[in-house]
Amino acid sequence: METCTENVLYQQLDSVMAHYNRSPDALIQVLHQGQELFGYLPDEVLRHIARGLRLPISKVYGVVTFYSFFTTVPRGKHTVMVCLGTACYVKGAERILARLKKELNVDLGQTTRDHLFTLSAARCVGACGLAPVAMIDDDVYGKLTPDKAVKTLKKYR
Amino acid sequence: MPAYRSTVLLCAGGGCISCGCLPVREAMEAELKRRNLADEVRVVQTGCVGSCDLGPVLIVYPDEVFYQKVSPGDVPKLVDEHFLKGRVFERLLVKSAETDNLIATQREFAFFNKQVKIVLENCGVIDPENIEEYVARGGYLALGQVISERTPEWVIEELKKSGLRGRGGAGFPAGTKWDFVRKAPGERKYVVCNADEGDPGAFMDRSVLEGDPHRVLEAMAIAGFAASADQGYIYVRAEYPLAIRRTRRAIQQAREAGFLGRNLFESSFSFDIDIRVGAGAFVCGEETALLASIEGKRGIPRPRPPFPAVSGLWGKPTLINNVETYACIVPIITRGGDWYASIGTEKSKGTKVFALAGKIRNTGLVEVPMGTTLREIVYDIGGGVPNGRKFKAAQTGGPSGGCIPAEHLDIPMDYESLAKVGSIVGSGGLIIMDEDSCMVDVAKFFMEFCTDESCGKCPPCRVGTRQIYGLLDKITKGEARIEDLHLLEELCGMVKESSLCGLGQTAPNPVLSTLRYFRDEYLEHIVDRRCPAKVCPSLIRYSIDEAACTGCSLCARNCPENTIFKVEDQKKYRIDPARCVKCGVCFDVCRFGAVVKS
Repeated sequence: METCTENVLYQQLDSVMAHYNRSPDALIQVLHQGQELFGYLPDEVLRHIARGLRLPISKVYGVVTFYSFFTTVPRGKHTVMVCLGTACYVKGAERILARLKKELNVDLGQTTRDHLFTLSAARCVGACGLAPVAMIDDDVYGKLTPDKAVKTLKKYR
Repeated sequence: MPAYRSTVLLCAGGGCISCGCLPVREAMEAELKRRNLADEVRVVQTGCVGSCDLGPVLIVYPDEVFYQKVSPGDVPKLVDEHFLKGRVFERLLVKSAETDNLIATQREFAFFNKQVKIVLENCGVIDPENIEEYVARGGYLALGQVISERTPEWVIEELKKSGLRGRGGAGFPAGTKWDFVRKAPGERKYVVCNADEGDPGAFMDRSVLEGDPHRVLEAMAIAGFAASADQGYIYVRAEYPLAIRRTRRAIQQAREAGFLGRNLFESSFSFDIDIRVGAGAFVCGEETALLASIEGKRGIPRPRPPFPAVSGLWGKPTLINNVETYACIVPIITRGGDWYASIGTEKSKGTKVFALAGKIRNTGLVEVPMGTTLREIVYDIGGGVPNGRKFKAAQTGGPSGGCIPAEHLDIPMDYESLAKVGSIVGSGGLIIMDEDSCMVDVAKFFMEFCTDESCGKCPPCRVGTRQIYGLLDKITKGEARIEDLHLLEELCGMVKESSLCGLGQTAPNPVLSTLRYFRDEYLEHIVDRRCPAKVCPSLIRYSIDEAACTGCSLCARNCPENTIFKVEDQKKYRIDPARCVKCGVCFDVCRFGAVVKS
């Protein structure tokens, strides 16, 4: 069953590469799609992309490790991203991060044992008017307090 | 199209969506239907109105009544009052900060009526997902006129007359740049839009792409015409999913309508645009790094010259401007360069959008003529610093910029004046700080950002920023000596002079500018081992004023380290200073002011 669904994912990845005419220039765009499909970028996927775009694997690996958006380890079901931009910092984002670390019992970049949450930090999500903010997946939560942040997590449990 | 007696503009910018404006829209539509008003009142979902902290926001036309913080539960009553009884629903109006009077319309609200909107003229007014609304506001007319009636030289001449300077940070004259690309030899040329808005604290580019994407597409096509390029790329950061979605949709609609693609307006000019999504690297906002990233490579800058205007994307001449710069183009073409040049100051023309945030009453996007004073922005538009605190400094230009202290509140906000006081306009982030902000900690915050975002290519930036951070860390921990301050200054100068790209060259700015205006604060940290703003954890301690403590136990229950204990036989609590991690939770939760920071 698992290999079957995985085959489908690889086929989808192939069609993404075909869409970009297998051009090496499209590497970052293809990696985005790959991460979207597989949830993260394991070795096999990177090798597959390298072959597909006719790039050395070292080049692919170099790009993946340069950009903070890409991850080669599995993430939790939800990504909690605490904004540490200037406006959020001025309004106490550090405290929200500290509280979430404690609540989830993880450090930045780590995933909870139940694989539900990955805690990460963002440089600025551009919602400075609502500082301090955090994003859970694609949703922005503004004007947070440490308590509110913990309460928000409950929606995703 | 049926004639509506009233239109409700519902802000669906990123901020309002996160405050829950979409359920408000559903409730509104359901309620209008239930009251048989659906044929009379139309709901339009717009881009960012600008007043982000008041969301969800509704503006009801034709009266321009401005409702704030609307919840779905408010909607039945609002419809009842406003649309059936024909009177303003007072409970959801904004209150004036000075007089406590209710403000009924957008026009009366100082936050809006002091602004001059050019870049943001359509944001919050049209539905960004519907090209017809953009066209109805005169959209793509400028492109059509330029292609059928004008020459590339004319476009560049107008742009030069307008005096427009790049809004991404460096402020290079746009007309000159366009001219360089036009004159650069080469068959194939490219137009690139930098939407990698990485400066923490700036979000105008996001709002333009979310609220008025066609304006950017049209300007890029005009740029393509002027520079004889036939392909454009918009490089958007991955942190902006909504902007990416709306821009993609806009490109699709423009292609279908014939505003992008082959032989535009039945001419020989063809132009198309693709999106490239970034992947979370601040340095990609630097133009040569951005180009490397579009080519699918690590975003590492290269020395200039050659400038992208000569050798850019795939070695071809490339015109790069940022979103806000492109957003100025259509009005300049339509109303003329002279008109644009009549706004602003002698050397800084037009308007600038600032992203106002931090310790300020009204946060959000404000667009003002260049040369408007900081005081006007902070007090008239921003409504001042809340909670009875005092203005301490404004930080402009993010990690490349500096701080403007209270003594310079009357400074005109333009390129030259800000440079004189050691700051920059930059991308337009404007963070207000009050007495509770420690300036050494602020400098440390920005330096940490730069150490993390340095791409690692050149040692001055890679190693230098880390060393500067280390010194600042020592200072905030009370472990520094006075010699460290001299070393800090020396290092800052070295990194500034010898770094390869803008990131490293400007990274020391926040340190230098805080040293310039708040040297005393540095000295207090070093000599007295004291943080006057009571921010740096190593230099403060928390205690409980037993006279004020009511014994409610709230602090003890919230303490993450369980360091607060009950004093035997008394209804009082005490903090164990040896185990306190100084997180400040007790200070925040105490309702009696019994927790003291010293």
